[in-house]
Amino acid sequence: MRLANRPLRLAAWTSTVLLAAAVGCAPQDESPGGPRAAGQGPQSCDRGALPTVARGRLTVGTDKPAYAPWFHDDDPASGKGFESAVAYAVARQLGYGKGAVRWRTVPFNNAFAPGEKTFDFDINQVSISAARQRAVAFSSGYYDVRQAVIALKGSKAAHARSIAGLRHLTLGAQVGSTSLDVIHDTVRPTQPPAVFQKNDLAKSALKNGQVDAILTDLPTAFYVTSAEVTDAEVVGQFAATGTAKQRFGLVLDKESRLTGCVTAAVDALRKNGTLAALEKKWLTDAVSVPVLK
Amino acid sequence: MVKSSTGQDGAADGYVPSQRRVERERFQRARARRAIGVAALSTLVTGAVLVLVITRSPGWPRTRETFFSAAYARKALPAVLEGLLLNLRLLVVCGAAVLVLGLLLAVARTLRGPVFFPLRALATAYTDFFRGLPLIICLLMVVFGVPALRLQGVTTDPVVLGGAALVLTYAAYVAEVFRAGIESVHPSQRAAARSLGLSSGQTLRFVVLPQAVRRVVPPLLNDLVSLQKDTGLVSLAGAVDAVYAAQIIAGKDFNFTPYVVAGLVFVALTIPMTRGTDWITARMDRKRAQGGLV
Repeated sequence: MRLANRPLRLAAWTSTVLLAAAVGCAPQDESPGGPRAAGQGPQSCDRGALPTVARGRLTVGTDKPAYAPWFHDDDPASGKGFESAVAYAVARQLGYGKGAVRWRTVPFNNAFAPGEKTFDFDINQVSISAARQRAVAFSSGYYDVRQAVIALKGSKAAHARSIAGLRHLTLGAQVGSTSLDVIHDTVRPTQPPAVFQKNDLAKSALKNGQVDAILTDLPTAFYVTSAEVTDAEVVGQFAATGTAKQRFGLVLDKESRLTGCVTAAVDALRKNGTLAALEKKWLTDAVSVPVLK
Repeated sequence: MVKSSTGQDGAADGYVPSQRRVERERFQRARARRAIGVAALSTLVTGAVLVLVITRSPGWPRTRETFFSAAYARKALPAVLEGLLLNLRLLVVCGAAVLVLGLLLAVARTLRGPVFFPLRALATAYTDFFRGLPLIICLLMVVFGVPALRLQGVTTDPVVLGGAALVLTYAAYVAEVFRAGIESVHPSQRAAARSLGLSSGQTLRFVVLPQAVRRVVPPLLNDLVSLQKDTGLVSLAGAVDAVYAAQIIAGKDFNFTPYVVAGLVFVALTIPMTRGTDWITARMDRKRAQGGLV
């Protein structure tokens, strides 16, 4: 019976070794002082020498394609477009020149996946919300965003002058966007909204008449109607209350040691008028659009 | 099943099992018990190792909160189930259409006689093209391309168009499965049927197809399960299916639990489907082997 026992003995040994390995060699968190809550304690923001992902460089993430007016020609590194300009301004504030900024493609879903982040901060029109703050850390807001409705000129939707006028239409928005939240929470349409992976698909559906109107943030709406779907118009914008009151923030790892420094940089840019100047330069003024009540 | 010596049919003819046989059966039972014990132990150990490795990893608390949050699971389940209705509707309608179209294509490809050459060529071209075309591109073309043509009387409903795209692609897969089944029927069957005076159409209908279909039920089920999962791709055009409902919640609150819920719902849907077809196949086999398997 010795032969018959061999597999058994082998299995016993293997399991013992495995168990020992599992108990003894579980990787330990090696961060000094255990898990760090974002923005805790005094921060030393040494200019150009922060504990970044890549030493001496600032790695900034954004999704691909990078849409106008936030970025120009799908090239975040150009410095053109509002978010590209903001990223470089924040980098300069932290002591990193244009040459020390490295861009990295980070899909929306990866920006909030747990685990090691491949970026120092992500700039991708991400609205700050309490629920999201349980998964990632945000800088302070760098842009107060409003939501708008786009419809084809002369369509039923284009004549809507109030939120009630949108209620019986098929509305579309991008998944994960504040626009979708506005549809669910503010408009509450009678028909289920169409939800798109990308705004590009939403634009196609609008052109094809598969949806009556789509919701985007106001700068995107201006860009879409002026450059991409020229036979559409911005019907109106939503008053900045409740769900519609949103700020874009830079996304950082929940345990990032940079959150305090990045927030301080954004705050300084807001105080010295840089953010307002960049808004004026890259984003259209929203005064001319009627507010839907 | 080992027929035990203490069976009734044994007692009827005065058969008394020998001492040796009783001993042999006792030994076999003991070995079986031991095997079960070893299997249970090794399963326990494997489970324990996995649990320890996962729960002692430094990122486990964050992972648990992000992927296995009970609160989000409760929040996601109703939305996911509502989305699942769309998946099921698509599965039933597209599944039926795919089976019919696939069978027609397969028959067209296996028709004999020179007169059918154009039909064979067309069917071959169709299966080659649509098997090779990535489903996502087929969907994009149909869902956004067809409405752009602005044809009178053609629907722009994304669900209908998406379903059509699914049928186009899956019919090509299923046609090949059916064709393999048809070609696996031994030529002697055909020859026998023809010598009995059946026409070629009758031969196909009464002799070849029944055997062919029965043989390809498992791979057909594979394609059906695959179709069930791919129905979610129709959400490309804005319709909300189970996975998409999960993504909407995940994107809003940055939590992945809804995906896990949707995944489990799909698995739960697939298992009864598989067991059901296994049962149907077993029943068909039993019917076929009424004379007893040789």
